[in-house]
Amino acid sequence: MKVTETIAAISTAMSDSGIGIVRISGPEAFEIADRIYKGKKKLSGEPSHTVHYGWIKDGENTIDEVLVLLMRGPHSYTGEDTVEIDCHGGVYVVRKILETVLKYGARAAEPGEFTKRAFLNGRMDLSQAEAVIDVIHSKNEYALKNSVSQLKGSIQRQISSMREEILYHTAYIESALDDPEHISLDGYGDTLVEKIEELLKKLKKLIDTADNGRMMQEGIRTVIVGKPNAGKSSLLNALVGEERAIVTEIEGTTRDILEEHIQLNGVSLNIMDTAGIRRTEDVVEKIGVDRAKNQAEDADLIIFVVDASRNLDENDFEIMDMIQDKQVIVLLNKSDLETLVTKEMIREHLDKTMIEISAKEEEGIYELEQKVKEMFFQGEIAFNDEVYITNVRQKEALESAYASLKQVKRSIEDGMPEDFYTIDLMDAYEALGSITGETIGEDLVNEIFSKFCMGK
Amino acid sequence: MKYSVNSVWENKDAYDVAVIGAGHAGCEAALAAARLGMRTIVFTVSMESVAMMPCNPNIGGTSKGHLVKEVDALGGEMGKVIDRTFIQSKMLNRSKGPAVHSLRAQADKQEYSKTMRMVLENQPGLDLKQAEVADILTEDGKVSGVQIVSGGIYRCKAVILCTGTYLNARCIYGDVSIETGPNGLQAATWLSDCMERLGIRMYRFKTGTPARIDRRSIDFSKMEEQKGDEKITPFSFTTDPESIQKEQVSCWLTYTNETTHEIIRKNLDRSPLFSGAIEGTGPRYCPSIEDKVVKFADKNRHQVFIEPEGESTNEMYIGGMSSSLPEDVQYEMYRSVPGLEHAKIVRNAYAIEYDCIDARQLYPTLEFRKVEGLYSAGQFNGSSGYEEAAAQGLIAGINAAQKILGREELVLDRSQAYIGVLIDDLVTKESHEPYRMMTSRAEYRLLLRQDNADQRLTKIGHDIGLISDERYEKLLEKEKIIASEIERVEHTHVGTSEKVQNLLKEYGSTPLNSGVTLADLIRRPELHYELLAPIDENRPQIPEEAAEQVDINIKYDGYIKRQMRQVEQFKKMEKKKIPEDIDYHDVKSLRIEAVQKLSEQRPVSIGQASRISGVSPADISVLLVYLESIKKD
Repeated sequence: MKVTETIAAISTAMSDSGIGIVRISGPEAFEIADRIYKGKKKLSGEPSHTVHYGWIKDGENTIDEVLVLLMRGPHSYTGEDTVEIDCHGGVYVVRKILETVLKYGARAAEPGEFTKRAFLNGRMDLSQAEAVIDVIHSKNEYALKNSVSQLKGSIQRQISSMREEILYHTAYIESALDDPEHISLDGYGDTLVEKIEELLKKLKKLIDTADNGRMMQEGIRTVIVGKPNAGKSSLLNALVGEERAIVTEIEGTTRDILEEHIQLNGVSLNIMDTAGIRRTEDVVEKIGVDRAKNQAEDADLIIFVVDASRNLDENDFEIMDMIQDKQVIVLLNKSDLETLVTKEMIREHLDKTMIEISAKEEEGIYELEQKVKEMFFQGEIAFNDEVYITNVRQKEALESAYASLKQVKRSIEDGMPEDFYTIDLMDAYEALGSITGETIGEDLVNEIFSKFCMGK
Repeated sequence: MKYSVNSVWENKDAYDVAVIGAGHAGCEAALAAARLGMRTIVFTVSMESVAMMPCNPNIGGTSKGHLVKEVDALGGEMGKVIDRTFIQSKMLNRSKGPAVHSLRAQADKQEYSKTMRMVLENQPGLDLKQAEVADILTEDGKVSGVQIVSGGIYRCKAVILCTGTYLNARCIYGDVSIETGPNGLQAATWLSDCMERLGIRMYRFKTGTPARIDRRSIDFSKMEEQKGDEKITPFSFTTDPESIQKEQVSCWLTYTNETTHEIIRKNLDRSPLFSGAIEGTGPRYCPSIEDKVVKFADKNRHQVFIEPEGESTNEMYIGGMSSSLPEDVQYEMYRSVPGLEHAKIVRNAYAIEYDCIDARQLYPTLEFRKVEGLYSAGQFNGSSGYEEAAAQGLIAGINAAQKILGREELVLDRSQAYIGVLIDDLVTKESHEPYRMMTSRAEYRLLLRQDNADQRLTKIGHDIGLISDERYEKLLEKEKIIASEIERVEHTHVGTSEKVQNLLKEYGSTPLNSGVTLADLIRRPELHYELLAPIDENRPQIPEEAAEQVDINIKYDGYIKRQMRQVEQFKKMEKKKIPEDIDYHDVKSLRIEAVQKLSEQRPVSIGQASRISGVSPADISVLLVYLESIKKD
């Protein structure tokens, strides 16, 4: 636990709302703000609870015109020195400001960390303790799920293989240190430098990837649900514009979840096609159905596809029950065929926005796009900001791994003894592990014993 | 089965502390307790086995050397005894960083044992007694005494269990299985039942030792000679280095080969390890030769170290070839090694199985959670090695005494000492094999060097009462010299005179463009404090060990400061104590796995809780908030 570090996060919802706030808390909050704030006065010299007008700059680069609110501990939410930067909003600008704050010395806040600090610093009364625990708990659960599940498979594999290499080399050095008469380190520095250079290159690439936001499946979690053969996959294909999902006439074809990332009128959607939801005895299909239900529960937006050419049945009713409390757009599909289901019939059970479409003929898709855009800008649906924050944390971790490996290289070149390399190697290992959700535990000792023959 | 005899009688001598076992843990425990004024009795199954070394004939080695130095810095005995009885000494890893320099000395086993025994025998307030303890007596969950097999009851306030590998011990090679302790000594059979009755969870561990071979049957011309250091470094901070420079004996290096491996592979079915006759879990760090051949099949040779067992014996220890193969296979196998073609085996290699405890049942003071006044140390706690045992014995002895005296108990944390790492690992982490110290287990190892053990621990030893005022004052003096010399070197400027440039050139160091401080030069990898003497005109005469400290502290200060910052963070979490009576089921939002693990292990601090596997950072956050909320209540 790093209680004394200064942390930062975006404290407004991650949507294109009018204003965005980046909050910094901790002993260095004022110093960090001074490093990036350009205004009439130095912030650290100003009294508590004052507002200042100026600009946020990253070196020569001006990022935004801002208002900065200063609160000295203990008279702040967290009880620590706190700086709030109010900017013009817009996802891009808020992010850029947070990234600048992190670059100049703060650390991305852990889930629920502001609340936790507030509590530990005595800024909340006892009755709120349980609520605080719940916040920490749920935010961590969410972040954990996100950081691992939303990481693209290919990136996860790259990180894992880098970790394996780092661990192997660390274990080699450590086993030689523990058993110098059996294992020699002569000339090992040269081998290691080559390895480290390779790793640095790979890491650099990953950091660029993270910069472009391509590491995470970021966007509004949108899930398409409907009973089998209602036309969910056809809809996904129409939206994505390629035959990604398998479309057949046989019910229950999509047994797993397909996922696509699309931009609708500038709104970023992470869209998932799911297995048709129906009561089933087929084991494989049942897994798909259960998974679809889980996805629907976590979704920010649900697109419910109804086959208007068939009468509503128990499967439709079950789905409607399930999504009552969600943000939903109902699509009456197959408007190209004779329709048996009307908007009124559905409204009796589910009072949500409805659009008639034909996924097959790609009719009504434009209306759907417009509706999604409208909901986004009216703030009915939003990015889950945790996803973005996770991305920031992961980038931070990559950069810290990069810095650690750089240090290894420097140590080797400076002729430092081998036992110094492993300190930084393990730091890099730990940083990368925080991305894939793995901790160190007994990894090193296990690796030493499994790969190297120790004596006696 | 509970121990019972007809002739129960009560010994009339009053004791404070009873130590069971006189191995390396028992000796340190008993000496510490007695030196702190406790009337102490040590029980041993055999007076001949006091401080016996049943396996390798050396003390120290990587990270173990650190432990010995720490034991010494706190006022323990091991370092002093080995300084008097070693026959070869070597500083390992000298070419690497100062944190992993490790001292190792070949011991004359008999001399070591005899010398330590004399120290015990001459210690005022300490009695030795040859007897097997059969039962531990308790009243209201508190230790009240022990009962020996003759029925005798010895009353005491604390008991320290140091039974090593003797509990229900079984020695095995081939299909021979004999219920004895190491070296054929009598096993202790009653205490396991007693442990069960006290509700203590037991493990069964295994370890092994190689054969001893008659020196006269070895052809050393086929081996590489391994000599000791030219300049011998003592273990004890109280030993004058000049007093121990002496003629040393050699060790020898040879190798196994494909023939050896073939013999082993051919006979694997006769090994009790692979046939399942051995149930105990063996250590991965000191595998038997058959384990090595199976697990590292691609290696076509393994090193074999031939080490003398002492100066008054011809027995040689065959390091690297411990085994539990049948005796005939042992002959064939050893004789396939160059130089051992005509080897005569004095003692067979064997594996030994023994009862030990799951040490997570102990407080970090080494007292049992379940039984007040009952402590345990050494191999009985699931560790391995003489040094690990001695370190725990010392701490258990200190704490038994401190508690009786109503003083604060001693818990060293992971940032203070290898001893702290060792005990914290033992009482916190689940382990299924004998635990060996390793430098990689110490996360702050740059600070936990063998060269500064006195600066880290001698004040603590002095506060407790195991270190004399005189020794402590000497340390303070040394620290003062170091501090003022570092200060001087940091502020001494060196110009670009010809003398300076020539010296730099001599050691392949880049010439100066402008003036720097002496400290800047010391930080250059190719230079060090001693080398710069010719260009450091005002250098005061300081002792060699102080100069070493100046050099290390300046040379590695970047890394050292970094670790010190990490230690600060670490200490904060260690200081947050968890109340004894906490019910983790009351802590809402803790994950079920965390509730189980925490309830089972009952960590004493948030720091310890965070090291339990299965407890996540989020659980720790939740716990912190909960603790804060009950504190305010």
